[in-house]
Amino acid sequence: MTLFKHEMKQSKLSLITWTASIGFLMATCVLLFPEMKGEMDSVSDMFASMGSFSAAFGMDRISFGSLDGFYAIECGNILGLGGAFFAAYCAVTILAKEEKDHTAEFLMTHPVSRVSIITEKLAAVLTQIVIMNVLTLAISIGSMYIVGEEIPWKNILLMHLAYFLMQLEIGGICFGISAFVRRGGIGIGLGIAVMMYFLNIVANISDKAEFVKYITPFGFSDGADIITNGEIDALMVCIGMALGIAGIIAAYIKYTKKDINP
Amino acid sequence: MKAIETKGLTKFYGKARGITDLELAVEEGELFGFIGPNGAGKSTTIRILTGLIKSSGGSASIFGKDVSGKKDEILEDIGYLPSEAVFYNGMKVKDVIKLSADLRKRDCSAEAATLCDRLQLDTEKKVEELSFGNRKKVGIVCALQHNPKLCILDEPTSGLDPLMQREFFDILREKNRSGMTVFLSSHVLSEIQRNCTRAAIIREGRLIACDSVESLAKTSAKRVTVHGDVFLGGLTDVRDVQHFEGGVNFLYGGDIKELLTVLAAGRVIDLSIAEPDLEEIFMHYYQDEPQDMAALKGGEQNDTL
Repeated sequence: MTLFKHEMKQSKLSLITWTASIGFLMATCVLLFPEMKGEMDSVSDMFASMGSFSAAFGMDRISFGSLDGFYAIECGNILGLGGAFFAAYCAVTILAKEEKDHTAEFLMTHPVSRVSIITEKLAAVLTQIVIMNVLTLAISIGSMYIVGEEIPWKNILLMHLAYFLMQLEIGGICFGISAFVRRGGIGIGLGIAVMMYFLNIVANISDKAEFVKYITPFGFSDGADIITNGEIDALMVCIGMALGIAGIIAAYIKYTKKDINP
Repeated sequence: MKAIETKGLTKFYGKARGITDLELAVEEGELFGFIGPNGAGKSTTIRILTGLIKSSGGSASIFGKDVSGKKDEILEDIGYLPSEAVFYNGMKVKDVIKLSADLRKRDCSAEAATLCDRLQLDTEKKVEELSFGNRKKVGIVCALQHNPKLCILDEPTSGLDPLMQREFFDILREKNRSGMTVFLSSHVLSEIQRNCTRAAIIREGRLIACDSVESLAKTSAKRVTVHGDVFLGGLTDVRDVQHFEGGVNFLYGGDIKELLTVLAAGRVIDLSIAEPDLEEIFMHYYQDEPQDMAALKGGEQNDTL
């Protein structure tokens, strides 16, 4: 528990910054919704008829004029991309930073087994992701109350659940990477998040690339799909979780054997 | 029981040599010195002992427990001071010391306070604001506050001023008297000569000598300084000849009688014949050709020095 507490203290500032930034952007979008809603009836048609661009963000399938449709596109992109970056950043640095910052020699010469180091650090990553998601959800719901809209609970919660799962997958994969790299991990982590995001856009644009949705976690967390289907695609989630778990297992295998370079 | 024992310990980093066939035995309660220049393999050895890296061959054990086994059990008994102590930025000194104790699941606050006081360490400062020497002090407190059975120190005095060095060695000796084994790695020989009972010399990854500090320093070679004019041509085994204004200085390993004959024939104003210090012996271990090294290892120091 000592290391877990230590990690949480160390990442307090980063957690606050990310949560505040994502929460602020999401709240801003929701607060703008009533103003935009009136204009949306006309704009919706326009948004829906921009061909590939509309398809890319799922705007051909859902209405910009309803709160959940609006939320899926605006906030979905903020929490989707922001959350993915956050999860990637937390996970990809957590193991690697000890060697990068030369603190590994201090930490690893204490009587703590490698397995407990990995476990406590993993717990710290997951806890940060949970806290960030709970707080941003609370901020979103709060701002929906403020603007006095009726809250489409089911769709909102489903979307948030999907984003959370997506972050777990990216977190798991990046945690695995963190065990292998000493420096440069942040670039790889954020790169993976961006690549996954664009893979989903490609899948949305082209029917031939539809299968790509099964690779990227943005596939099952696509707000437009969730609202249209009223559910999260279970198969995609299973594949995603399997990838995340594979990353975590890889971290355990690698890091318990790794030569630490102080 | 041996505090540290390695048998044929070998480490390669890819193809690069770390250490080769290292045989080391440190008895419990010893103050043991580990001497070698940078890159000789001192830190590699220490990193294998502390479980940071895995050996490529051979074995190493601490208090009879193999280091490839349960690291956390072995590390319970060890205090370790790295050559460059680095801590988590943003933390205060007292928090780092507390973290170190917490990671050991022990309350060492009393001992930590005593050590901080003796080393004059300001515990309210942030670690990134500390000078190199003060960071070292934090490392020393972290290495000693839990009264370990074995303390491994890698270049412990770099950055410490002479007064602090003395205080530090006083602390080490006190703890050693109450049972702590000390394994001190250093390239400062005077430090080892003053503070250690036994020492091992490592060169290019190999152990080239391991004996009591006294015997390491005691060879038949003498450092001879002559003021005046002497002709050294007739002498065998004269080395490291340095002429200075009005005299000459050399290492002599031959027969003392011959030396006296040569000196008597010359014009000697002043003369000193002294035991070379460990520093000099050390330099010779390192300047010698590899075949000399092999001879040294075979215990034929007298002939070659």
